[in-house]
Amino acid sequence: MDEKGTNKVFPRIRLLLVDDEVGFVEVLSKRVSRRDMEVTTAFSGSEAIQTLRRQDFDIAVLDLKLEDMDGIEVLKIFKKMDPKMPVIMLTGHGSEKSALEGIKFGAFDYLTKPYELDDLIQKIKEAVHPGGKSDE
Amino acid sequence: MNDEKQLANPYYQSLNRKIILTIISVSIIPMILVSSTIYLQFRSSYHEKVYDHLRELVGKHKDDIDNFLRERLTDIRIMARSFGYKSLSNESFLQERLAAHQQEYGPYFVDLGVINSKGEQIAYAGPFKLGKAQYSDAKWFNEVLRDKYVISDVFLGLRGLPHFIVAVRNSTDDQTWILRATIDFVAFNTLVENMRLGQTGFAFILNKEGKPQTGPITKPSLSTLPNKNIYNEFLSNSSSNPKEIHITVKPDSANHESIYVTAGLKNGSWLLVYQQRVADAFADLDKTFKITSIIMLLGPLAVIIMAFTLSRMIVKRIAISDEEKQLMNETVVEAGRLASVGELAAGVAHEINNPVAIMVEEAGWLGDLLEDGCKDENIPEFNRAIKQIKTQGKRCKEITQKLLSFARKTDDTVQDIEINELLEELVALSAQRAKYSLVEITTNFEKNLPLLKLSLSELQQVFLNLINNALDAMEVSGGSLKLATRQKEKYIIVEICDTGEGIPEANLNRIFDPFFTTKSVGKGSGLGLSICYGIIDKMQGKIEVQSTVGKGTTFNVFLPISSEDLSGT
Repeated sequence: MDEKGTNKVFPRIRLLLVDDEVGFVEVLSKRVSRRDMEVTTAFSGSEAIQTLRRQDFDIAVLDLKLEDMDGIEVLKIFKKMDPKMPVIMLTGHGSEKSALEGIKFGAFDYLTKPYELDDLIQKIKEAVHPGGKSDE
Repeated sequence: MNDEKQLANPYYQSLNRKIILTIISVSIIPMILVSSTIYLQFRSSYHEKVYDHLRELVGKHKDDIDNFLRERLTDIRIMARSFGYKSLSNESFLQERLAAHQQEYGPYFVDLGVINSKGEQIAYAGPFKLGKAQYSDAKWFNEVLRDKYVISDVFLGLRGLPHFIVAVRNSTDDQTWILRATIDFVAFNTLVENMRLGQTGFAFILNKEGKPQTGPITKPSLSTLPNKNIYNEFLSNSSSNPKEIHITVKPDSANHESIYVTAGLKNGSWLLVYQQRVADAFADLDKTFKITSIIMLLGPLAVIIMAFTLSRMIVKRIAISDEEKQLMNETVVEAGRLASVGELAAGVAHEINNPVAIMVEEAGWLGDLLEDGCKDENIPEFNRAIKQIKTQGKRCKEITQKLLSFARKTDDTVQDIEINELLEELVALSAQRAKYSLVEITTNFEKNLPLLKLSLSELQQVFLNLINNALDAMEVSGGSLKLATRQKEKYIIVEICDTGEGIPEANLNRIFDPFFTTKSVGKGSGLGLSICYGIIDKMQGKIEVQSTVGKGTTFNVFLPISSEDLSGT
């Protein structure tokens, strides 16, 4: 019931999740899907770019360190391909410096691993519907 | 106590000596130069002044005496011409004239006499009873017959007292007669004796033979009697040029350096001599010289005392700051060590955070599933999640173990080190970072290298730093990092070769300087390489660097093999 109600106000959020930690991506996508979002996963920078080329997303969650490319580079490309799409950065670094660098290049916000899932969901909603409140 | 010990160190002692010598030479030499120049200049101008003064004094007296003699001569010439032979040969008239003259001009004339051409005194007026004295043999008498006027030298004459005569020859009433006056010797003497300066300055007159005409004649005790040898020169001088005033310095008869000022009188037939001891004439200068000398002695003494105190203070301060510097160096090395450990920790944190994040998510996922109740269909998913948590937990354990094994080896004691093993460990630690920087690490280690007897933690620090730097250089573009070891003579050479951005030549000789960094503020302390250099230098090894901008950088670290190991292999 609740889900349907939400659907009426906002369409399902389409999320692109990019990280090279396969285990992490898999479990996170399961959890986010359960919270009524449409998740597409990518395990590398190039894969993510290809995915974005095929399909539009409401939001991307992007790890700063990827095996093939630097997260910041991927962010820059995302911003060129779809400037309106918000991007949330994830970082495993103890330091927040590189995450702040991401903000400089247009990221909506960042989270350091490990984080609370609720925080992530909250940020995603804020990013997709700025100023809007969910119905809950 | 500690300071004293430090100052006894030969380095500080020689520093001390240098400072003292510099201060002394820099202050005393100019002081001596300046004071002696000023003194010499002052001395010569003072001499000039004294000579000028003496010349003027003597010149003035010479004029006075000449005038006096000329006036007396004029007196008797006028007397002879105005009154004639007849009147003057009358003794009472002559007496009258003498009294009138004495009244008019002062008691210069002692007596007057009229003498005929045969030298017989016709008339006499004066205090002595000379009566019909006979002068035909007297020197002055012969001179007056020849020259018409005469001013005689001083002589004792008939009366037995020193005196001199002015006489004039007249030819009136068809006969030759002579009017003669005796000059009061005492009055004349005062003219000369007035010239007294200082303690030893006095004047006298000499005749052509060098016989004194004044002063010392009556008071021989007044000074050393003039020595004829001394005055001969003046006498010949004055006769050649009677107008000139001469100044000479030579010893007097008592062998004191004296100044002699001479001037011709009576057209060069007399000589006015002024004599004064040099020491007396320049007494003021002498006094000044003594005061200056005392200052010149006290000044350098003060300078020397100051030099000693000052240099001691300076050296003490230098010793203290050297000590502080030493302490600070140690602190800096420690700080650098912590910095590289910090850098390592950041890398490790990243590695640990990933598996932790997975575990947290899996746990969350299990929670999510449990919300639906314990459905049998979910059991495989439970199992998968539990297995995943175990796997990630193991991953964390491996990382912490690696870190611990590294952190445990932090003592500075020298031990046997297998260099290849140490490098392998560091490569393993850096592998994750390298992976994310897209850097491929390759190793090429020579086998069976001799063991090194060095501090493990220090070596770890050096190579961790160099590997970190290499990875930093390739962070943007990726590349490859080659590590190689080989033995060359008594060194093991570790080569660390990256394909990063390279170091510009201008910076190449500065990279080992403390606090030199090209990284942005907050990213690099600029201490890493300087500390590496310090550590390797302390081990008596060396670090060499080659770099080409755009191609990469190669560091060669030369680690000394201890001599016993060298002979063993």
